[in-house]
Amino acid sequence: MKYKSQKVAYWFFALSMLLLVLQITYGFVMGFARIGFDNLHEFVPFNVARAVHTNLLVVWLLSGFMGAAYYIIPEEAQRELVNVKLAYVQLISLALVGVTAIVGFHFNIWEGRKFLEIPRPLDYLVVVNVLLFLGLILTTLFKGKRQTTTALVLSMGLLFAALLYLPGMLPFDSQVTDSFFRWWVVHLWVEGVWELIMGGILSFLLIKLTGVDREVIEKWLYVIVGLTFLSGVLGTGHHYYYIGVNKIWLIVGGIFSALEPLAFLAMALFAVNMYRKGEKKHPNKLALYWTLGAAILSFVGAGLLGFAHTLPQTNIYTHGTLVTAMHGHLAFWGAYGMIVLAIISYSLPNMTGRKLYDSSRGRMAFWLANVGMLGMTVAFGVAGVAQVYLERKFKMDFMLVQKEIAIHFVVLVLCASIFATGIILYIIDFYKHGKPSDEALEINE
Amino acid sequence: MLSKKQARAFFLGGTLVTFLIFIGLTIYSFSKGNDQTNRENLTAEVVRGKEIWESNNCMGCHTLLGEGAYYAPELTKVVDRLNIRYDGNGETVIKSILMSPSPWQLNGRKMVAYGMTEQEASDVVAFFNWIGKIDLNGFDRVVSPLAKEKINK
Repeated sequence: MKYKSQKVAYWFFALSMLLLVLQITYGFVMGFARIGFDNLHEFVPFNVARAVHTNLLVVWLLSGFMGAAYYIIPEEAQRELVNVKLAYVQLISLALVGVTAIVGFHFNIWEGRKFLEIPRPLDYLVVVNVLLFLGLILTTLFKGKRQTTTALVLSMGLLFAALLYLPGMLPFDSQVTDSFFRWWVVHLWVEGVWELIMGGILSFLLIKLTGVDREVIEKWLYVIVGLTFLSGVLGTGHHYYYIGVNKIWLIVGGIFSALEPLAFLAMALFAVNMYRKGEKKHPNKLALYWTLGAAILSFVGAGLLGFAHTLPQTNIYTHGTLVTAMHGHLAFWGAYGMIVLAIISYSLPNMTGRKLYDSSRGRMAFWLANVGMLGMTVAFGVAGVAQVYLERKFKMDFMLVQKEIAIHFVVLVLCASIFATGIILYIIDFYKHGKPSDEALEINE
Repeated sequence: MLSKKQARAFFLGGTLVTFLIFIGLTIYSFSKGNDQTNRENLTAEVVRGKEIWESNNCMGCHTLLGEGAYYAPELTKVVDRLNIRYDGNGETVIKSILMSPSPWQLNGRKMVAYGMTEQEASDVVAFFNWIGKIDLNGFDRVVSPLAKEKINK
């Protein structure tokens, strides 16, 4: 850690960990309900658990991205954060908005639009919160001694993420138009600007962990984010095949979303090559595990599994089935969950001064979480493919099919338990690092 | 070998061009003659039905136009499908489910008991009927009663 104000990142990461635990808890509620143990239906019906699960995912990742920005931007800009108190105000208001939204879901207060369930009045507070965050980050960056490509790409990702939240707030009478613009937020976030954020964090980590020249890493960063937008923007079309808009999207979406894995492949190759090229072997092995893991699993989850059902000929059968859940879980985990855990693993010893670089607990956390998530992905995949065949090909009734595939959710819950064990170990490791301290400033990285 | 400047130009140029094409295609697909969203048949009832659909987060269990949570049935062609199953009484069945004061649980999975009024239930049915008439580029056939035939009766 080079600047005192970087410590604020710790509290964003702590909030992330707390929300991740809650997200997993509600995931279990859904898993058990699918097996038939819906005992909490009176208090937490499936639609509440689902809204909480997905919204917590978004909020813990955003909190992680914000923490990453508060850690990375001062170091890249070579100055303290412009206003630390306001950063804490932003943290508390983010937590309050998130908690209010989640409590509201339990009382039927929501918008009922997939991934964007937060009710409209809270949307305005989210906008204010994000504007405050961006104000702090961008002012720090432009008042700084230098504006590196890594910092610019990260900030650009955060700025575009804020701007793209706005189309989701437009009111439409038509379900089709509503859905069309909802994807401007959801798709262009996760398959567009969030990849800029991921790229920025990945670039920072690779510079620190491998010692490869910044110019080389940042050049390839441009190529990767270029590929991301080149394929991802028009790749939005894969959400438009069958929701009631023009057939042109079958062609455009088909072609460009088939190219989307290229960006993830480039990112995986880039990370592995930089690691191999690097002469500096940073002692923080856990951060390296999570960093390379994120680059590789994002290619598998977002790239390959996305490609598996992205062509219109396949998607006509898989659209609206558990195949989407298979892709969604590994994609979010690989691309975004793991990169947040990577930056936490890297920055935590630097902020606290406790260099628990390579503990067996930390390694167990990595492997259990990943094995568990891969198992969950397989369970969702088998259930999804069975659903497609039974329901869409053999024309069985939806609920009869659900009974047939319930066994796969037993496997899912077992794998989720392995995953949750990994996350608990990670959080114990987080806790063992202690609080951030100014004394850590003096410790050489 | 690619320079950093060229890489930046590739990123900025590629992004700008694809965004412009994306916006152009958006305008194209909603323009007169290319619009297939069934907009002309949007009535006040349908809009109210959509509001009820959203305010109860029905998508948190069901799917509609293939979008939702995969926990409860796809409702894109639900009226037609239930008409086949219940001898033309699809709308009545849907309304009775929505107006029921106790949870509907056919095949074991519980639905929240919404206890809607007759008017609210009619609005939701109007919304489903409107959804059922959208041209979905073939997906409507996958979830239509024709695809389900009568084997599930």
